[in-house]
Amino acid sequence: MGVPRFWREIPQRYNLQASRCEVCQAIHFPPREVCPDCRRASIGRMGTVRLSGRGRILEWTRVHKAAPGYEKHVPYVVALIHTDEGPVVTGQVVDSDPASIEEGAEVHAVFRRLGEDGEAGVIHYGTKWRTARIAAKE
Amino acid sequence: MERGQGPRKRPDAYVIGVGHTAFGEAWEKSYRQLMTEAGLAAIQDAGIQGDEIDEVFVGTMSTGKLVGQEHVAPLLLDGAGLADLHIPATRVEASGASGGLAFRQAVQAIRAGGADIVVVGGLEKMTDVSDADAQAIASSGIDQEWEHFFGANDAALHALVAKRHMAEYGTTREQLAAVAVKNHAHGANNPLAQFRRAITPDKVLRAPMVAEPFTVFDCAPVSDGAACLVLASSGVVGSYRKDAVKVSGSGQASDALALHSRATTTTWRSTAEAARRAYTEAGISVADIRLAEVHDAYTINEILAIEDLGFVKKGEGGPATLEGRTGFDGDIVVNPSGGLKARGHPAGATGIAQVCEVVWQLRGEAKGRQVKDARIGVTHNTGGTGATAVVHVLEGGF
Repeated sequence: MGVPRFWREIPQRYNLQASRCEVCQAIHFPPREVCPDCRRASIGRMGTVRLSGRGRILEWTRVHKAAPGYEKHVPYVVALIHTDEGPVVTGQVVDSDPASIEEGAEVHAVFRRLGEDGEAGVIHYGTKWRTARIAAKE
Repeated sequence: MERGQGPRKRPDAYVIGVGHTAFGEAWEKSYRQLMTEAGLAAIQDAGIQGDEIDEVFVGTMSTGKLVGQEHVAPLLLDGAGLADLHIPATRVEASGASGGLAFRQAVQAIRAGGADIVVVGGLEKMTDVSDADAQAIASSGIDQEWEHFFGANDAALHALVAKRHMAEYGTTREQLAAVAVKNHAHGANNPLAQFRRAITPDKVLRAPMVAEPFTVFDCAPVSDGAACLVLASSGVVGSYRKDAVKVSGSGQASDALALHSRATTTTWRSTAEAARRAYTEAGISVADIRLAEVHDAYTINEILAIEDLGFVKKGEGGPATLEGRTGFDGDIVVNPSGGLKARGHPAGATGIAQVCEVVWQLRGEAKGRQVKDARIGVTHNTGGTGATAVVHVLEGGF
């Protein structure tokens, strides 16, 4: 894949830049071009807002057969994160005490290397998540 | 419309021919050979000549990535020796639902009144790439930029759905395993199935982990295979086989591609909506359905399917399966063919193979796995994590 494919997503992936509908104030992540509730009324009225990077685990799984580029990381945790601002996002939970990874656990966004694009080696970065309660069981 | 005539009744579509290769690892056969084999079998089964074909559709998920070839519809028609007839040939894609959607396009073409004989194929050749690559390509049907990019693959997302279903409805690991055990038992009686061995629950539970709670036995395999159908309009069906199967309901629905964009992950509203549309069109209720071929790419899919198709109440899919209510002694026989799990899942071929199975059942030709008194059967095919669902109602005895 070409560099622009990754470059153009930097604000969203690095900084959790979401969209906000200026009509109904709903926040969407990944950002949207049009609000699914206000539709036509929202055209040209979609602003941006940065998510706080705080949320809770809605559901999680431990992946043993990796998606491409993540083979070295197995087993790794993929979760649906319910952000404090409302949107649900898909992401990995890393650097966390396994016992702390559970439904409802508070998580914070962390900036991480996500992988590289094959042999061409465009390294891409983005957000992963870490539980707020670290190593509490030790 | 010509002057003096009333409005014409919409033609109905009937299946008059089926063709289905063995599913599995067909290293010795190319994708072209597989499609030609299924296509010729369907044409022979229907008793039609090539020059009777008005239109062709083919459903395939990813020939571009799996065999490096796009633009396969005319290519495959040429393979059947029919290039000189210049028949319109169209490829249809919706990830794992490509075959079901191609079938629906064929039905719509007949209903639109512009075609009397339509051939629809489904195909996937998945073992020309490594198993890991095939799995990754099969994950192309989920959101690449906001799911796959962050390390989620098709199995991981379905695992999230399964864990959610377990949390919300008390579905157990044993109930998930019961789907695989049942479908392997059914597949043992299907000579075209990839896996023809019964398995025990223990075998499912002790297999290598894919994404918790799934082991490899919760997941449909990577497969090669093709299937094909010949459809005829009500105007001409009388000239062909006497045991034509009527397509009495066709429903399709969509949803947000990404799981994280949906209000719930444990009800697949696309399935429920597609089913409602298909049942309404056919004028049937769930009580009329005797058998169903549903999309069990992962064990959780069959549990969701039988709930969202209305066979059982929401949350009862797991217990119903474990109690045998979806087996041959049950109320509705679900996946008598072995389903995706045991028949195999050559993605684009699956939706067509489902119709093949129901047609065999309604004709009374499903040797060794015949559902008794089968008159109405349903097919259910989904793509990705259910952003596309397609449901058909088929009726025999016309």
